[in-house]
Amino acid sequence: MATCRVPLFLLACGSFNPITNQHMRLFELARDHMHSTGRYQVVGGIVSPVSDGYGKQSLVLAEHRIAMAKLAIKSSNWLTVDEWESQQPDWMETVVTMRCGTLSSRPPHHHVPPLPSGPAPQLKLLCGADFLDTFKVPGLWKDKHVEEVAGRFGLVCVSRGGLQPERAMHESDTLSRHQQNIFLVREWVRNETSATEVRRAVRRGLSVKYLIPDSVIEYIKEHNLYTEDSERKNKGTVLRPLTKQAKSFND
Amino acid sequence: METQDLTKVVLLACGSFNPVTNMHLRMFELARDHLQDTGRYKVVAGIISPVGDGYKKQGLIEACHRVEMSRLATDNSDWISVDPWESLQPEWVETAKVVRHHYGELVAAEKNSDEVDTVKYAKKRRRKENSFGGKDDPQLMLLCGADVLESFGVPDLWKQEDMTEIVGRYGMVCITRSGNDPHKFIHQSDMLWKHRRNIHLVHEWVTNDISATHVRRALRRGQSVRYLLPDPVVRYIQEHNLYSAESEKKYAGVVLAPLQRNAASSSS
Repeated sequence: MATCRVPLFLLACGSFNPITNQHMRLFELARDHMHSTGRYQVVGGIVSPVSDGYGKQSLVLAEHRIAMAKLAIKSSNWLTVDEWESQQPDWMETVVTMRCGTLSSRPPHHHVPPLPSGPAPQLKLLCGADFLDTFKVPGLWKDKHVEEVAGRFGLVCVSRGGLQPERAMHESDTLSRHQQNIFLVREWVRNETSATEVRRAVRRGLSVKYLIPDSVIEYIKEHNLYTEDSERKNKGTVLRPLTKQAKSFND
Repeated sequence: METQDLTKVVLLACGSFNPVTNMHLRMFELARDHLQDTGRYKVVAGIISPVGDGYKKQGLIEACHRVEMSRLATDNSDWISVDPWESLQPEWVETAKVVRHHYGELVAAEKNSDEVDTVKYAKKRRRKENSFGGKDDPQLMLLCGADVLESFGVPDLWKQEDMTEIVGRYGMVCITRSGNDPHKFIHQSDMLWKHRRNIHLVHEWVTNDISATHVRRALRRGQSVRYLLPDPVVRYIQEHNLYSAESEKKYAGVVLAPLQRNAASSSS
């Protein structure tokens, strides 16, 4: 019996402040990995920048982060940028973005040929290994949300540097329970390019060429993003998930 | 600081570039930022010089492809370019010779522009020093990773006089990262220590370890190398179907040209 591959969309939520080559590498690595399992056909990758309501320090306006992401994925034939999350009035929990975003309300950019007997398309959350560690941070995630992300949807987690996602999995009962639905991808090329480092370099007038696409470099220059002032934005503000979820923690 | 007081520098990177990656290109950017940050230099050009096929390193594909990929990679750079001279030589050329050649070209180019300048800017020319090695002469520095610096320790890979010439007469810019200890390496070599002021160490805080070996491995396995190399290079590789298990076996068992040459001369 020929196994029918499950059509798969990969959703990456994050600040993308700014988007870097490393973010786009995540998609490429994840796609290769999921294909190699023999069970999936990756049909789309979605970049979903967080809304300004997130309140993270140094977060520049969503309109810029969206514009830069769009420039970055222009040359890709399978990545798209989803503005839905950034347009919501308040910060949206990741699980809500997964539930209400992409697949349900907007047609995928790549038409998936309908197979009457074929499996329904799935959406999995694409992230770095550091993301798994955030599940442990008190007040940042609701337990039932972690359950839904890991259980109902699934995660594709790309490891980098010294982080050990296996440990984060082991230390979380919820994640352990859903390990069949959590795909760990090893990034062998040690690439520590991070948006934080890119912002630092830009602040200091240093080159970021070959770390982020040229078009994004141009955009940053034109709009004079990432200065000492922009880095201080939201300083002292409590991250929105912590305040939003603290109130309704007993739900 | 007047531009006239800055020493003009050209960075020369020799290597296999098999293929060129974003890491190679980053080296140039890091080196330029570092040198200009000292307030003493102005980096005016960067040159990629892919090694000739005579090097016989395992997995080395034809120079014409490596040169073309490097060209595609630097197409949108306003200061880095590719020079195929080394790759066109019939036999492998020692790095010191490549440096000497490019320095010669640099001086000749300066002379030509001087002659033009003379007509237009007589005053400026009178102020220029005429002695060799004066502050107004451009400097050519070898750009490399710390691994190249440390390869000075590999027996028969480098001729003693070549190493001395490169660091003594020209200069090196070495990009290092955590895991390397170039200071220690320099400290442990009398020759390097003597010319330590000519060896510029640039620490790469954001490790970007995109080795060409890894890239070739990924390609052999049909994995994506997008965003590790410039897009035009990825396309070129796909179009020409470069890098397979076959290409990786090329020169297997063959002695690397420098080892062959230096071993032969040391035994004669």
